[in-house]
Amino acid sequence: MSSIIRTLDEALAPITDGCMLAVPRESSGAAMAATRALLRRGVKRLHLITLPTSSLQADLLIGAGCVEMLDTSGVSLGEFGPAPRFSSAIISAAIHVRDAACPALHAQFQAAEKGVPFMPLRGLIGSDVLAHRPDWKILDNPFGNDDPIVLLPALKPDVVLFHAALADRAGNVFIGTQRELFTMAHAAQKTVVTVEKIHDGDLLRDPLLAAGTLPGFYVEAVAVEPRGAWPLPLPDHYGIDAAHLPEYARLAATPEGFAQYLDRYVYEKVAA
Amino acid sequence: MTERDFRDEELLADVIRRLIGDVRHVAVGVSSPIPATAALLARECGGGRPYVSLLGSRAHTFFTDGSRELFDCAGQGRVDVFFLSGGQIDGEGNINLVSIGDYEHPKVRFPGSFGSAYLYYVVPKVILFRVEHSRRTLVPKVDFISAPGGSPENVFRSGGPIALVTNRCLFDFDRARRRFRLASVHPGHSVAEVIENTGFDFDRAADVPTTPAPSADTLHMMRTVVAPMLAEVYPEFARKVFNIVMPRESGASGTPGY
Repeated sequence: MSSIIRTLDEALAPITDGCMLAVPRESSGAAMAATRALLRRGVKRLHLITLPTSSLQADLLIGAGCVEMLDTSGVSLGEFGPAPRFSSAIISAAIHVRDAACPALHAQFQAAEKGVPFMPLRGLIGSDVLAHRPDWKILDNPFGNDDPIVLLPALKPDVVLFHAALADRAGNVFIGTQRELFTMAHAAQKTVVTVEKIHDGDLLRDPLLAAGTLPGFYVEAVAVEPRGAWPLPLPDHYGIDAAHLPEYARLAATPEGFAQYLDRYVYEKVAA
Repeated sequence: MTERDFRDEELLADVIRRLIGDVRHVAVGVSSPIPATAALLARECGGGRPYVSLLGSRAHTFFTDGSRELFDCAGQGRVDVFFLSGGQIDGEGNINLVSIGDYEHPKVRFPGSFGSAYLYYVVPKVILFRVEHSRRTLVPKVDFISAPGGSPENVFRSGGPIALVTNRCLFDFDRARRRFRLASVHPGHSVAEVIENTGFDFDRAADVPTTPAPSADTLHMMRTVVAPMLAEVYPEFARKVFNIVMPRESGASGTPGY
């Protein structure tokens, strides 16, 4: 049996050109070192899905031309401003975006996790979000009386990628309370994880840890990348780099500045 | 007009704190530093209640089921108050978080609808906030409806807007008529100025009161107790408004006991 613990580039091999790649929101552990490695490799035509939102990670992938299609309910740098490459790519029609709603994306992954074709969700009716989603349907609640409800198709990504604190040598990954990561891994064909460090021992043996542990059964590959979420935060470990994000926002405001950012922080492999 | 000893952000947070009222659970979404200030202030004033869930926080949330728990909680009616904003907000309470111009070929693109297309329907008290009060932001009709202010009778809807807070005034929202009513004008602003800068029609009484200024106690609590809590999720806001400076990398440090 080959080890589940691999080098970063080996671990990222399942993320091929044209694949459907899902990533979590910033505060659940974005695999940023891995994202920079994907940019260096020059991955193309991704169908990127953010569960449910994204920040720098999606903006970088979009700005570098890696994304063809995007399912999201929001891409923003939060209090550091709008996501400039995301906005620009939509205005210039460089990417096709399917606007969603946060709980809709959660429901679509939950459908995939359960192996059912769709999930119902309240809200949405009368919004232009729904009006622009021909793949979302309104059905009359079969258990009710004149009660329209929206059905959302299952979304089954090829690969899920996130960053977490710990994994053991069997590929069990500790994710704590960021439990949408369980749903993502259950829904995906393959899950690739970067971690801060390797835990000596079995995460599933201790019941306190096991409750927050994604079993290696669902995990394709793990790579060790200390500070692998930088400059974004890793919950309970480190915060956002509040000096870096304004620098990114300033540079990424223009294509030339974005190219400089990539030269400085991605292609030159400059670390924190 | 007397000399002010508070900032706009502090006044708006105090206005929102009063709108929250006596409830069990207030949730705050992304990019909402003023509502976050108000929610934490309400919790401090209430001696630990209401429960507050700040999206993106580890310290100020009780959620253990990941980022979906907010929506599952709201779906069952367990979130009493939420806050929404918009690049555009119109007179019927429709909000636009997506784009200006044609959706397929937008002139301006905003981040996206986030949870609005769901939470607006199922949270009983949604407080709209938009600091910039201008004809650019408060429009006759939004270009894109991220979430509608009201719904037809047969559409399940246990929630919706109750008010809109801006840097100039507070509007109430009448859900039956789908119209805003000018409730109060903030100190230093006037009804004429509100009319001049609002792109939609609204109701108003002959005499519109002035929004009360925050009390000294409230300001003290906001600055000394609430402001440091904000820095975890809103370091820039905490620095600019309250002069709270965090280490270069904020947030929890060290490794928990595993």
